[in-house]
Amino acid sequence: MSVGEFVERFALVGAWIAVIAVFSVLKPDTFATSSNFAAILGSQAVLVVLTCALLIPLTAGDYDLSITGVLTLSQMMIGILNTRNGISVYVCIVAALLTGALVGLINGAFVVIFGIDSFIVTLGTGTFLGGVVLWISNSETFAGISSQLTGPVVVERFLGVPLAFYYGLALVIVLWYFLEYTSLGRQLLFVGRSRRVARLSGLRVGRLRWGALVASGVIAAAAGVLYAGITGAADPVSGAGFLLPAFAAAFLGATSIVPGRFNPWGSFIAVYFLVTGITGLALFGIQSWLQDMFYGGALVLAVTFSQIARRREEHVSGVREN
Amino acid sequence: MPEHPPVVALTHLSKSFGAVRALHDVDLTVRRGEVHGLLGENGSGKSTLIKILSGFHTPDTGSGLAVNGRPVSFPLHPGKFRSLGMSFVHQDLGLVPSLSVVENLLVGDLASRRRWRLSWPRERRRAAETFASFGLGLDPRAQVADLRPSDRALLAIVRAVQEIRAHTADDGSDYGLLVLDEPTVFLPARDRDQLFVLIRRIAATRASILFVSHDLDEIRGITDRVTVLRDGVVRGTVETARASGEVLVEMIIGRRLQALPIERKRTATGAAVSITGLNGRYARGVSLTVHRGEVVGLTGLLGSGFEEIPYYVFGARRAFAGRLAIDGRTYDLRAMSPSRALEAGVALLPADRHHDGSVGSLSLGDNVTVPALRKYRSRIGLNRRRMRSDARRLLAQFDVRPPDPRSTYQSLSGGNQQKALLAKWLQTKPSLLLLHEPTQGVDIRARQQIFRLTRKAAAGDTAVVCVSTDYDQLAAVCDRVVVFGRGRVGRELTGAEVTKERIAEQCYRVAENPSGRHLDAGGDA
Ligand SMILES: Nc1ncnc2c1ncn2[C@@H]1O[C@H](COP(=O)(O)OP(=O)(O)OP(=O)(O)O)[C@@H](O)[C@H]1O
Ligand SMILES: [Mg+2]
Repeated sequence: MSVGEFVERFALVGAWIAVIAVFSVLKPDTFATSSNFAAILGSQAVLVVLTCALLIPLTAGDYDLSITGVLTLSQMMIGILNTRNGISVYVCIVAALLTGALVGLINGAFVVIFGIDSFIVTLGTGTFLGGVVLWISNSETFAGISSQLTGPVVVERFLGVPLAFYYGLALVIVLWYFLEYTSLGRQLLFVGRSRRVARLSGLRVGRLRWGALVASGVIAAAAGVLYAGITGAADPVSGAGFLLPAFAAAFLGATSIVPGRFNPWGSFIAVYFLVTGITGLALFGIQSWLQDMFYGGALVLAVTFSQIARRREEHVSGVREN
Repeated sequence: MPEHPPVVALTHLSKSFGAVRALHDVDLTVRRGEVHGLLGENGSGKSTLIKILSGFHTPDTGSGLAVNGRPVSFPLHPGKFRSLGMSFVHQDLGLVPSLSVVENLLVGDLASRRRWRLSWPRERRRAAETFASFGLGLDPRAQVADLRPSDRALLAIVRAVQEIRAHTADDGSDYGLLVLDEPTVFLPARDRDQLFVLIRRIAATRASILFVSHDLDEIRGITDRVTVLRDGVVRGTVETARASGEVLVEMIIGRRLQALPIERKRTATGAAVSITGLNGRYARGVSLTVHRGEVVGLTGLLGSGFEEIPYYVFGARRAFAGRLAIDGRTYDLRAMSPSRALEAGVALLPADRHHDGSVGSLSLGDNVTVPALRKYRSRIGLNRRRMRSDARRLLAQFDVRPPDPRSTYQSLSGGNQQKALLAKWLQTKPSLLLLHEPTQGVDIRARQQIFRLTRKAAAGDTAVVCVSTDYDQLAAVCDRVVVFGRGRVGRELTGAEVTKERIAEQCYRVAENPSGRHLDAGGDA
């Protein structure tokens, strides 16, 4: 590995450490506390899981903009079924995951069978789901989700950090292994880079794209479960705010660890880099609108950087063909 | 022989793309252990037939296929070809440029086997061993985009050969089929010879070969039988040894081909375009003068740097030093860029047309009119109608088939893509036209057309540089040929010296002794 390559791969890690160091020096007694770190790590598990969901179709060359719709629906299903109908949390979780799979199946059907662009399809289904959530919830928030869920998500801790963090970490590891060391993961990558070559090579392009969308549906639903567990409630609107951060993390992550490729470790670091920056600034009393500016700006910069890295990978634009 | 079932038997194979009938009622039989040539002009349906075998296209109903005597029904699901014992080198190679060499090499394996514990270090080691066994030194970690075109072709060939070997090694009595769609266009002569040795060896091991090429010498050298397609219809299958060159040509184009006498001015008189002191990673103090009205060939052995010259001049590759004098103006080649080159009147037809030459998903009309867009600017946007009619005329003039500006560039056959690109650049009437392997993958008739168009461009007061390893072609179109060795101008051939044999001989000579003479190629040597 050359020096340049090393710098490129670990620049984001370095930036993260630098952000931590700066805030630790400036705010030693509010920022550099174990409770603050625990809060940072625990609070972002939802985003980590949601970004993992997004990475799978992105690797296969498709967008999934319905992930936050699925997240909100899943969270709301748990909220309603558990708090209002008193159904066991475990049953609720299974129902939520199945619903996520169903949304993925529907997305995939439009994308694969009818050949419609995934961006359009998932934008539509995502918006549709937003409407469904408002309808079934009557725009109300459902609080008081059973401790059977909140317990193993935020209440219980390991090394002082809520278990939610470890769920996200475990998913990152599993997804990283899947994409990097299994033939199926590499098949997705081929499909994402050139559908034509993938087909000529005998890959089942349609099935793979479809499967990727189902996987993102299920994992986005899992993110919804986690969100319900962390907040102990279900509200019909806040989930939508995760969409941009998830994309920012996915694209920023693609500039790091394995530059030029969407990868879970890069995204994991990106998520925590972004939230560390925001948390630190918040300690200076800077407003919450800053968060939007931070994520928005990071998304554009990340895409710019990954484009530069990608261009080095691809040399010419327009290599990704249909 | 006939007591064994043929390896592949296609019957009544037809395929239409909308109104375009690419194949019509084709019967093709490949016998056990034979090398079967598939011939035909650009757009005659060869690649379409091959893509049907690979399951990429689904043929029209009524088409039949039997492999090793067993009927197989269409559509073939993806990857089916593998279990039938086929492997392919597609015309555009079927590589993903943004992925690594080892990943591309493994794609068949990744597609056909569920593997849950890939070890990349081990795969890279195996890949390196594989390449070594073929006498190649490809780096498994490299990006395919960074490889030279010849190495990309070799990678695709090695991949297909590996797959066919794996098949013939572990199966009972079934034969495999290795399909090579114009595998030689990117290969220098030495690799081509090696490939033929390899083909012979594979044909001796329970495998047959389907081989596509426009080069009749190659076809005669390697095939046992050939099938000729014209406009998607089989015009006959013959034993190669029994068919003379003229017979084959006549089957291919449907009439005799008159050799076109190419008139050339052996003494150049027009204003000069000159390159002086060009230095770069692959060029050492290259100076060249090309007169308007003449065609100068640049050649040498692979790696001798000649093929990089047009890219330096066009600004597609950074030069360390050098100047270009053209139309009374001088440009510093260090600061050259493609847009400045175009303004200066330089046009380049790159060899790697898939990546450098065009936008595959745009329409043909848009692709060919891009360099002349300024012409179509009217007060309200672009004059699309005139653009379209001009494009149509241009395509007809260059015999691009089909000459429909609305079809996408991607849907053209390989050779027609090349003709479309030539049309695109020649219409700009450049002062200096740089051609890199201009007849790569084009059929015999189009080859002659391109020769003629090249001469015509020169006659129309363009200075033409033709960069090629095709000595036949150089001998046919060039007034002068400059032979490179180790990035330097080695030797210049003029007048009666411009023959295929002399050029070939000098390429090797100069490679052995590149610093022998160091001359200004512009002067009368
Ligand atoms: N995807 C497609 N859509 C529309 N037309 C197509 C498509 N693919 C091929 N064609 C058309 O089918 C015909 C046969 O093309 P094909 O690529 O098989 O020719 P070929 O014999 O391989 O020619 P070449 O020697 O130039 O490679 C051409 O007229 C081409 O334009
Ligand atoms: Mg072809």
